[in-house]
Amino acid sequence: MHASLCDQLADLVQNALEAGATRVTLRVEEAPARLDVVVGDNGCGMSEAVQARALDPFYSDGRKHRHRRMGLGLAFLKQMVEATGGGLNLQSVEGKGTDVCFWLDPRHVDMPPMGDWAATLTGMMAFPGDYELVVERRRGDAAYSIRRSELIEALGEIETATSLAMARDYVASQEEALMMRKGQGHGSTDT
Amino acid sequence: MGALTLEALRKLREDKRQALSQRDAGKGCIEVIIGMGTCGIAAGAKETFAAMVDEISRLHLDNVVVKQTGCMGLCASEPSVEVAVPGMPGVVYGKVDAAIGRQIVNSHIVKGELVGEYLFDKPAADIMK
Repeated sequence: MHASLCDQLADLVQNALEAGATRVTLRVEEAPARLDVVVGDNGCGMSEAVQARALDPFYSDGRKHRHRRMGLGLAFLKQMVEATGGGLNLQSVEGKGTDVCFWLDPRHVDMPPMGDWAATLTGMMAFPGDYELVVERRRGDAAYSIRRSELIEALGEIETATSLAMARDYVASQEEALMMRKGQGHGSTDT
Repeated sequence: MGALTLEALRKLREDKRQALSQRDAGKGCIEVIIGMGTCGIAAGAKETFAAMVDEISRLHLDNVVVKQTGCMGLCASEPSVEVAVPGMPGVVYGKVDAAIGRQIVNSHIVKGELVGEYLFDKPAADIMK
């Protein structure tokens, strides 16, 4: 499976954009005994037949890679969920979009590290094209929300390394404030 | 320190834009594209992306666009980085970790010297755009 939760989320968001989504929503809600994630998109969605095979590591829809016989992203997610005693629910409607919903137990010994939230969320903003990405992070009673459109409005663009570095610092400040606010008595979240 | 506001971010960007505008006027746009499919992520491309953004920003290069893309079909050579500098051939580097990423910034982008030992090729022919 991916080395960190952030790596897995980066993979899921990239999947959504590659499915032609113009709007992607990432919600992450942390509680002491449960971490819930929803990655929703308005991309091309999957037929029932494709959905039945989406978690198969040896299946790829072939749209981009004609000769490819591997599709590991969702298989890695399934592995992470199973390893941590969590749950996974994939809901998709062809022509409308997909919701990938999963939860993990952060207390489990095999829970992967969170990863670098600031770098990951900034990277999600750096794919080409005109798309909206809405990120909602909640940790107990504390929360923040970031929209790609708002960052573009504040920075003028989000393509140059200069703007990306400033966006990263902005996201890092939101993460720092989230960790410092009093919530439900969380311990430190390792990165 | 509390979280930055969007207004503060806006002000910071304007201040930086004014500081850089004199130096970069007239320079062509340089493009860096980093593969961020499952293969790239698993190989550490997120760290490569972060390092290259950090190095480019540290050197105050405001004409460098950095983008992510999906798998380029070079999974065995991930992390892969495509670099296009006006006046130089467009190339793809393979096995670019954070340190090599910084080296590419300083050699290829700043000095115009290819980092030969990490040159790979162009994106795989069977990739549909």
